[in-house]
Amino acid sequence: MSEPTQSEAHKARSRRNVALGGALALFVVLVFLVTVVRLAQNVAG
Amino acid sequence: MPQAPVDAPVAKTKPPALPQDYFQLLKPRVMSLVIFTALTGLVAAPGKIHWFLAAVAVFCVAVGAGAAGALNMAIEGETDALMRRTRGRPVAAGRVAKGDAFAFGVILSAFAVMLMGMAVNWLAAGLLAFTVVYYAWFYTVLLKRSTPQNIVIGGAAGALPPVIGWAAADGSLALNAWLMFAIIFVWTPPHSWALALYTSDDYAKAGIPMMPVAKGPKSTRLQIFLYSLVLAPLAVVPVFTGLGGWLYGVIAVCGGLAFVGLAWRVYRSRAGEKPGEREEGLYDVKAEAKTARDLFAFSILYLFALFAALLVEHGIPGVA
Repeated sequence: MSEPTQSEAHKARSRRNVALGGALALFVVLVFLVTVVRLAQNVAG
Repeated sequence: MPQAPVDAPVAKTKPPALPQDYFQLLKPRVMSLVIFTALTGLVAAPGKIHWFLAAVAVFCVAVGAGAAGALNMAIEGETDALMRRTRGRPVAAGRVAKGDAFAFGVILSAFAVMLMGMAVNWLAAGLLAFTVVYYAWFYTVLLKRSTPQNIVIGGAAGALPPVIGWAAADGSLALNAWLMFAIIFVWTPPHSWALALYTSDDYAKAGIPMMPVAKGPKSTRLQIFLYSLVLAPLAVVPVFTGLGGWLYGVIAVCGGLAFVGLAWRVYRSRAGEKPGEREEGLYDVKAEAKTARDLFAFSILYLFALFAALLVEHGIPGVA
């Protein structure tokens, strides 16, 4: 197996960074939606 | 200073891990069973919960279970590499670094527990955290190599998801939640030992004292049968506590009888024994292992059918 080139390593790192960013964004969205639902429940009574 | 060409090789590094390697770290097949049993616990609980929060709760249990799987693979990388069944795993095969897998597991479990606490309640979050630590540390690090009862005690981790689901919906725990726990807890040893009977060479090579390796196949076959005698009636108890209805009862009784029958066949067979000491050859011994494979396959169907019946009977009236 040939060793990965710098461009392959960069691409892999970029892919991982995108995946991490996406996961963090998903977490933020989930927390926001959960907050909205729980607030709505509290307001409803 | 002249820059190295972009296409120059990176010195002494492995090919980068692919996204599917990280997904494999989560043990997706185990995760699917965890999701299913957690959902059943959530639906069977008497409490009401908003459908979105229910989905988040199940998602958190799934991520937590996956995180525990990743931590297990990180810790067990060298051992997994010795076993045929596990040597293709990402850490064992060298596709994901041990440290990366460990960090992945820790971060995922922290996120899952935090989100569970914020979205649902801290009882469910605490149980989820306990489950992850129990599996990743208590079972993987302490028990697995110490005792042939490893899978008996460690099986509690796999039995907790319906309890977590119940806690998520109801905010408290009840007898019926622990009944679901008990069914999975008692199911785990015969299920795991049936597999171990025809893969014991792998465990011996890796130095893991699974029951067939530590106490021999004959003792293992007897214990499988004895556990089945406990499991079959235990699985019927929900009918009397109100957890299960007539559909569940039929499945529990028929499935339990079939389970005991298959376990009896395993007991009477020579599954797990080595050839060479008897006149028959390897083919005959492998043919005997079929009884163990049949029990293993049926055990999965049996547990799935029991929890599917609960899911159907309870429907989704508890979800707002």
